[in-house]
Amino acid sequence: MGLVLKIARRTFLLGITAVAGGVAFGYYEYQKPVHKPLLDDLAEGETTFNPYVKINTDGVITVIAPRAEMGQGVMTTLAALVAEELEVGMDQISVVHGPASGAYYNSAAMAGGAPFPDFEHGTQQDSLRAVMGAFGKIVSLQMTGGSSSTVDAFDKMRNAGAAAREVLKLAASQKWDLKPEKLIVEGAIITNPVTGEALSYGELAMAASKLLPPETIVLKDKSKWKILGKSQPRLDMRDKVTGAPVFGSDVKLPDMVYGTVKMSPRLGAKLVSFDAKAAQAIAGVIKVVEIDCQFGNGLGVIAKDTWTAFKAASLLEVVWGDAPYPADSAKISTVLDDALKAGGGTSLRTIGDVDKQFADAPQDNIVEASYSVPFLAHATMEPMNATAQLKDGKLEIWSPNQVPTISRYIGAAVAGLAQDDVTVHTTLMGGGFGRRCESDFTAYAALMAVAAEGKPVKVIWTREEDITHDMYRAAAVAKFVALTGDDGVPVALDATIAMPSTMRSVISRILPWMGSMPLGPDKAITDGAFNQPYDIANMRFRGIEVDLKVPVGFWRSVGNSHNGFFHESFMDEIAVAGKTDPVALRLKLMADQPTALKVIQRVAAMSDWGTNVPNRAKGFAFTLAFGAWVAQVIEVENTPKGIKITKVWCAADVGIALDPDNIKAQIMSGVIYGLSAAMTQEITFSDGMVEQSNFTDFDAMRMWQVPEFEIEILENGEAMSGVGEIGTPGAAPALANAIFALTGKRIRNLPLSKEVGFI
Amino acid sequence: MRLTINGVEVELDVDPDMPLLWALRDYAGILGPKFGCGIGACGACTVIINGEAVRSCQTLVGTVTTPVLTIDGLVKDDVLHPVQQAWLDGQVAQCGYCQSGQIMSAVALLAQKPKPTDQEIDEAMGGNLCRCGTYPKIRAAIHSASETMGA
Repeated sequence: MGLVLKIARRTFLLGITAVAGGVAFGYYEYQKPVHKPLLDDLAEGETTFNPYVKINTDGVITVIAPRAEMGQGVMTTLAALVAEELEVGMDQISVVHGPASGAYYNSAAMAGGAPFPDFEHGTQQDSLRAVMGAFGKIVSLQMTGGSSSTVDAFDKMRNAGAAAREVLKLAASQKWDLKPEKLIVEGAIITNPVTGEALSYGELAMAASKLLPPETIVLKDKSKWKILGKSQPRLDMRDKVTGAPVFGSDVKLPDMVYGTVKMSPRLGAKLVSFDAKAAQAIAGVIKVVEIDCQFGNGLGVIAKDTWTAFKAASLLEVVWGDAPYPADSAKISTVLDDALKAGGGTSLRTIGDVDKQFADAPQDNIVEASYSVPFLAHATMEPMNATAQLKDGKLEIWSPNQVPTISRYIGAAVAGLAQDDVTVHTTLMGGGFGRRCESDFTAYAALMAVAAEGKPVKVIWTREEDITHDMYRAAAVAKFVALTGDDGVPVALDATIAMPSTMRSVISRILPWMGSMPLGPDKAITDGAFNQPYDIANMRFRGIEVDLKVPVGFWRSVGNSHNGFFHESFMDEIAVAGKTDPVALRLKLMADQPTALKVIQRVAAMSDWGTNVPNRAKGFAFTLAFGAWVAQVIEVENTPKGIKITKVWCAADVGIALDPDNIKAQIMSGVIYGLSAAMTQEITFSDGMVEQSNFTDFDAMRMWQVPEFEIEILENGEAMSGVGEIGTPGAAPALANAIFALTGKRIRNLPLSKEVGFI
Repeated sequence: MRLTINGVEVELDVDPDMPLLWALRDYAGILGPKFGCGIGACGACTVIINGEAVRSCQTLVGTVTTPVLTIDGLVKDDVLHPVQQAWLDGQVAQCGYCQSGQIMSAVALLAQKPKPTDQEIDEAMGGNLCRCGTYPKIRAAIHSASETMGA
């Protein structure tokens, strides 16, 4: 039976409107009498009509996929949601990102920020999720992040496709005086079964534009899907195998000039003084511009080409101020360690009475371990960049970004314009991983455009500038203590994690006045630890926010990226201490979670868990993140040249798999991203400056290091999950646990290369 | 100076010390080769000169005396090069930024070694970084292209 969805008139109105050349289908959003205390003028798009599909009279069908393509295939999957209900083939549509608009807000991303485990669906939990979703709307958060795009779009975009289909049918039914349900609809053609007459969507578009969509839409049952649930060729693939100029750094405009930036290497430090004579002496240098905004301080160089800008920037002599954080990594570690030792913090989930359990516990039954992870850069393949032009009071920005509405807000703020005078074009991204949720590169381009006398300026950062001016995955330290019964199974778990707040850092850059306000506990500190579906009678997960002013941001899987390592390394340690098999321990501790059991049992079978080839060993990890239940097994081999990662097995339950091959590709990508970090990556500081600067000292997995992959997708979970980040959290612990199984060496501090060598 | 890029002779008024990458991108309008690192460590800028895959960010334009092939010149009469076709069939790319460099390295490899082993692929492709982790699909696509090209 199909799912009947009543469109709530107070929030959305399915809409249809005539546009140049055809007709558009989408939503009108109800004018809400909402006080908008945070970003008053960000919410202006709310009453505008927001189309998801446009049909021209010439038959061209365009789908608006308002989430940014950074490699995750979202453009294709979102288009498939519309195509499925519209009854058109994927080859009959073209897809565009569309404008920055508040009404393309992402409620799922905000709901995912609610501080509750995904598996808890009580009234209180669901109502706070709804409030967080509403917050997304208030700040008009059009964001691609939090592995939320398909979850958010699942109903919205299918509804838009279905509404369009129904109205086109209505138009045909009036023409032929036949009931709509009698009509045959396929491949953008509606056929009259009596006369055999056929009309294309294009031919019906104008008649359809004068009709009202039905109030009740019946979406297809999953069993009737022809496109969804099946792997689709990516719509962006041909462009990407032909080197098409689709990225931000490929933007080319008439009269364009080129630029780069040299920002303070001490992050957040002021520019004290500078001498630009040598830089300006280079032929082709147009201007050196001072940049001073909430994202950083430094200089921009505008030149006739990128290479000249790079050369000039390297010749700038600048005296920088002091960093607002301890000057080197040792001192930063001390701050983190001291905070952990001092204790306190907020527990997002407390069950039973941990203190009481530990009070008179026998020492032999206590397992204790401390862990640490370093700062990490995102290192997208395409360095940060944006292009901007300020002409006749209007600012136009071409930016490869994950947050178009925030980009527009920031562009307007730094250039001193109203948001209505700013247009943001979101290009494809050469990688995002959370880095492009930031607006520093957009702000710098906007500020340089102000100085470029009406010309468009394309501002590309050097790789060195990119690595040394990231908003890093925060360094974190943790202490985990468990009390086990005589059977080796834990009865109490006390976890404490100390790190700077990612949310505070991100928010303070978007809205500096909010940076020092009490924001409540940051879920990112304990995310991936407190909300794992393990059943232990006494549990506490305390997060301690450390005041450390190194800029930190969202890094693929965010809190799960460090807590996956802490939690799943520790589960392995408990298993070893209690002489239990790590997989058997998980099965015991998640006996009431059928979805977890199925992925664990599946990956154990796939990997032939319990059997090892000589000189090889396997490690296991389970994580629940972004609604996905993921079990991984990683196999490593001892070779004369170092440890080789030979194979990764992964079973992931995503609830509903919209595009299985793309999901597998995303999981593989997430795992490799996590392994790269676990193996060798770290960002360290000296004299307040980041010490790494390029792929020579911040490298990632290479072709010769990459293991074989075997991935299976399960669909037992109750809700559809995200997929873009779910491979990452379990990669580091599965690898570390495998190395322990192989060598007996328990590595608790990342990267692993500090203690073992890799091929 | 005169350069032959993808079979077309172009006149460029640029400093001979400029890396070929920037002469291509900012002056010749050839945007296929991408800027990734500027030090020859990532391979995103790979082009083919004299049959060799070279990093255009490390090649001064003034030293280029023979024709340059970039990914922009691989498609002939709207037909993809077999390596590109293998990439398309194998749905290799994710963000896609490194892929023009990956494809050019693979084209050069297959011209020299029509049936490369996994180890030869590792050696030839080791300088091409991919942050999306498409390596297993790249390896499969190279083997697949090798078969179609040998057929």
